[in-house]
Amino acid sequence: MPQEYKLILRQTDEPGYTPDLECYLRHGGYESLKKALALQPRTLPDGKSQTPQQFIRQEVMTSGLRGRGGAGFSCGLKWSFVDRKSGKPIYLICNADESEPGTFKDRQIIYKDPHQLIEGMIISCFANDVHLAYIYIRGEMPDGAKLLNRCLQEARAKHFLGKNILGSGYDLEIYVHRGAGAYICGEETGLIESLEGKRPYPRIKPPYFPAVLGLWMCPTIVNNVETLCNVKHIVAMGGAEFAKLGTPNNTGTRIVSLSGHVKKPGYYEIEVGRVTIGELIHDPAFGGGLRPGRSLKAVIPGGSSAKVFKAGEKFNLKGKEVAMLDLPYDFDSLIQAGSMSGSSAIIVLDDSTDIVEALANIAEFYAHESCGQCTPCREGSLWMSKALHRLSHGEGRAQDADYLLKIADNIPGGRTICAFGEACAWPVQSFVAKFKDEFVAKGAADEARRAKEHSLPAAPRLLAAAQH
Amino acid sequence: MPAPPPIEKIRVKVDGRELEVPRLMADWSGRLMPTTMIQACELAKVDVPHYCYHPKLPIAGNCRMCLVEFGTPALGPDRKPILNPDGTAKIVKSPRPAIACATPVSPGMEIYTNTPGVKQMREGVLEFLLINHPLDCPICDQAGECKLQEYSADYGQSASRFVEPKVHKPKAVDLGPRLVLDDERCILCTRCIRFTKDIVGDDALGIVNRGSYNTLTAYPGRVFDNNYTLNTVDICPVGALTSKDFRFQMRVWFLKETKSVCTSCATGCNIIIGSRAEKIYRYTPRENAAVNGPWMCDYGRLNYRWIGRVDRLEDVLVRGRTTTWTAALNDIADGLKKAPPGSVAVIASARQTNEELWLLKKLADRCGALTDVIGRFGDGDKLLLNTDRNPNKTGARLIGICQTSAGIKLMPIAELIRAGKIKTLLVFGEDVTKHGIGVDLLGKLDTLIVSDILPNETTKQAHYLLPGCTHAEKRGTFTNTKGRVQKFMQAVEPPGEARPEWDFLHDVVYNVTGQDGFLTIEGLFNEMAKDVPAFNGLTWAGLGDTGVTVKI
Repeated sequence: MPQEYKLILRQTDEPGYTPDLECYLRHGGYESLKKALALQPRTLPDGKSQTPQQFIRQEVMTSGLRGRGGAGFSCGLKWSFVDRKSGKPIYLICNADESEPGTFKDRQIIYKDPHQLIEGMIISCFANDVHLAYIYIRGEMPDGAKLLNRCLQEARAKHFLGKNILGSGYDLEIYVHRGAGAYICGEETGLIESLEGKRPYPRIKPPYFPAVLGLWMCPTIVNNVETLCNVKHIVAMGGAEFAKLGTPNNTGTRIVSLSGHVKKPGYYEIEVGRVTIGELIHDPAFGGGLRPGRSLKAVIPGGSSAKVFKAGEKFNLKGKEVAMLDLPYDFDSLIQAGSMSGSSAIIVLDDSTDIVEALANIAEFYAHESCGQCTPCREGSLWMSKALHRLSHGEGRAQDADYLLKIADNIPGGRTICAFGEACAWPVQSFVAKFKDEFVAKGAADEARRAKEHSLPAAPRLLAAAQH
Repeated sequence: MPAPPPIEKIRVKVDGRELEVPRLMADWSGRLMPTTMIQACELAKVDVPHYCYHPKLPIAGNCRMCLVEFGTPALGPDRKPILNPDGTAKIVKSPRPAIACATPVSPGMEIYTNTPGVKQMREGVLEFLLINHPLDCPICDQAGECKLQEYSADYGQSASRFVEPKVHKPKAVDLGPRLVLDDERCILCTRCIRFTKDIVGDDALGIVNRGSYNTLTAYPGRVFDNNYTLNTVDICPVGALTSKDFRFQMRVWFLKETKSVCTSCATGCNIIIGSRAEKIYRYTPRENAAVNGPWMCDYGRLNYRWIGRVDRLEDVLVRGRTTTWTAALNDIADGLKKAPPGSVAVIASARQTNEELWLLKKLADRCGALTDVIGRFGDGDKLLLNTDRNPNKTGARLIGICQTSAGIKLMPIAELIRAGKIKTLLVFGEDVTKHGIGVDLLGKLDTLIVSDILPNETTKQAHYLLPGCTHAEKRGTFTNTKGRVQKFMQAVEPPGEARPEWDFLHDVVYNVTGQDGFLTIEGLFNEMAKDVPAFNGLTWAGLGDTGVTVKI
């Protein structure tokens, strides 16, 4: 029987659990921090000595923890890229700009158990010799920012933060910075620009890899909320023990945001790869199935930018044919199936969905959120959105499916500065490719109707526009 | 000072052709940084189209026009290159393209700029740039020097498949006192923003709104009015930023371009004079790494209208009557030949060329005359504008016409005129009545020989008035404040009877001293270079287009 595995959310949903420090301490809070700060330098079997900081970083590497923000990059590897010889301060930023449509996991932690995040951050900062860290929180979460500030205050009062933390000699300050409401601020270099007080135009890489040239051109670590919380548990249980959770190379747990046409939308924490997409949708422990009389049409498996899965699709995973619903919900299987688990947000679409409308909705979001810095994304995202708006408002053409694909094909694949190019193009590419008949049919129907209405091949407005 | 260690070379391939490039090259600010693909391509003489990249600005990487494909040598587990059966290094092609402007090259890298994939990416970017761009080239002032137009010829499509309504943005925005912005034409390359922020230090421009609605603007309440704003017109790859002074005056393809030097201060920015039918329409900066880079100031750029003024001096006048050059010059030469030593003084102008000042010096030496020039000063800045507003004071000093402090002999000359000792005064290009030699003193002279281009109090008093030429109407050289000797070419014909000063001074010097041998500007310069110690070794031809720095 598939079931939830609660690591991060172990206590948060217990009755009477409150986000204040007293409650957190009653539940064993800040014990991992005490453990981390009490670590002593060790001598390894090969005679080399290892500092406590190096030990924690090694444990994170051993744990196999992968970033929970969207890219799924190894956290230990990310930390290993940090330039520790530059002589410049190292910064750590918690990316709490959770904005990917369909995603609502980080806010569970922030609103229900903020001290867990703070503890994870302090340990991560300690492990990376960071003395100044930021929580960059999405502008639309003002209460979360207020709560985090109050919790930081509580932590300071108990000497978990500030100078000489718990008498260890380690100093750390954490500040909360509120975004102004832009999806692109979740892109780590856009976030850094925003934190520096500028427009969140993502930086070009090379040369501006955050690990070397990040905030204020200093080495910087940007980690997701959930990732940082995991560090606390890795220190508590040990990296090797953590790695036993989940499946190989897909370790630990993930909080899945399940939304759309299921009976029980919500957030569910699972061991990575131990639950399939089908179970997440249909099992009573999770989504509880579709609404009565409905059949599955599509699944967006990793936030709205992930490529869509069509109901009934089959994939070849390492020579084995796997049905879409049987895909284990992890990082690697979904990549092999041509999509991604992204921010672990599953959006379920049943047969009541107008697929063109759904894509038009997604495209409108990305057109609105494109920062506008680089050409393909700036121009392509709005172009696709306008075309889809037209197609979903009775002004379509049968050729619009191909038209959309041609636009979308010119955006991703390294043509843009950041991954937003992929984020806006992948839905269009996958929706149109997998549901092409619906797009063509809708456009053709529009043309037929217009021909009947006006005895004209296309609406006059269209012709006028085409003559620009 | 010991020479810096030589920069290591690395071998790369551009479109199949192998070449050596330095591992490090100067970036926009002159700092040595890893050589980029676009720099390597330039060394390989392979053109990579681009909009946002500018060699003298920080890299933005936003236009995506310079995307190229590339490969790097495959490495085995031992970190050694894997070889093909024929012994060449095995190359792994990168699955993702890279922007040539920001990506450093590495040993053995292969850059591909002419593959179908690269062509398709360029076509894609160009199509994206054009969908919301007004297709109004016939009424756009940038036509003819527009990168969008040029690359459209290479990568554009004959018909647009865009059937959506275009994005509309502000038109004819009064961005500053000297330029107009058309936001619909702007392709958001941010060159202007980077220029004013990082070169001028005036963080006045920015982008507002999101996505396709991105709009260039000045910060609220700010006017874009620093002294360098018009450079943004030059570097704007499209017709978004246009100069109020130049827009709609002349189609650029009609302009004759003449290499010249700005005369508005002692910096001597290299310029191109754009003219048509003997009329000057604009100055634009001409790149010279030793002087002005690719920039010039607005003050110098717009300081040209006086050249075409209708009250220019056009006639040779002797005591108010029109005469011929021959008659006037013979008369002058006869007078100077007879003048007793000490009875002549020369007030030259530090706006005159080296050659002219040298001829005047020869004349002065022959007559035992006191010489000086008049200083001219204003506010300077850290970038280009010099406090010394004369283009050639350094030349005047090196030639011996004036001392380090210009104008210190003006009072002695005035006193000697008052005392009746100086009877003949030559004035070139200055109104001495504003500098302590008033009309009363000029009235005491037996002979007042004046050459100028515009009328003033001094020209009114002249016994001999010789119409001269502006720098745009002749050839010659100036020596800038740092000792850069730079030549300039003739853009337009002088008005009326006006003649280049060096040309008629040559006649006077020949008549007075009997010396000859410099009938052309080339010969004259070379003769001067032999005579003036600071210029020894220089030749007209050797100056090239960007000049030579001499020890000052």
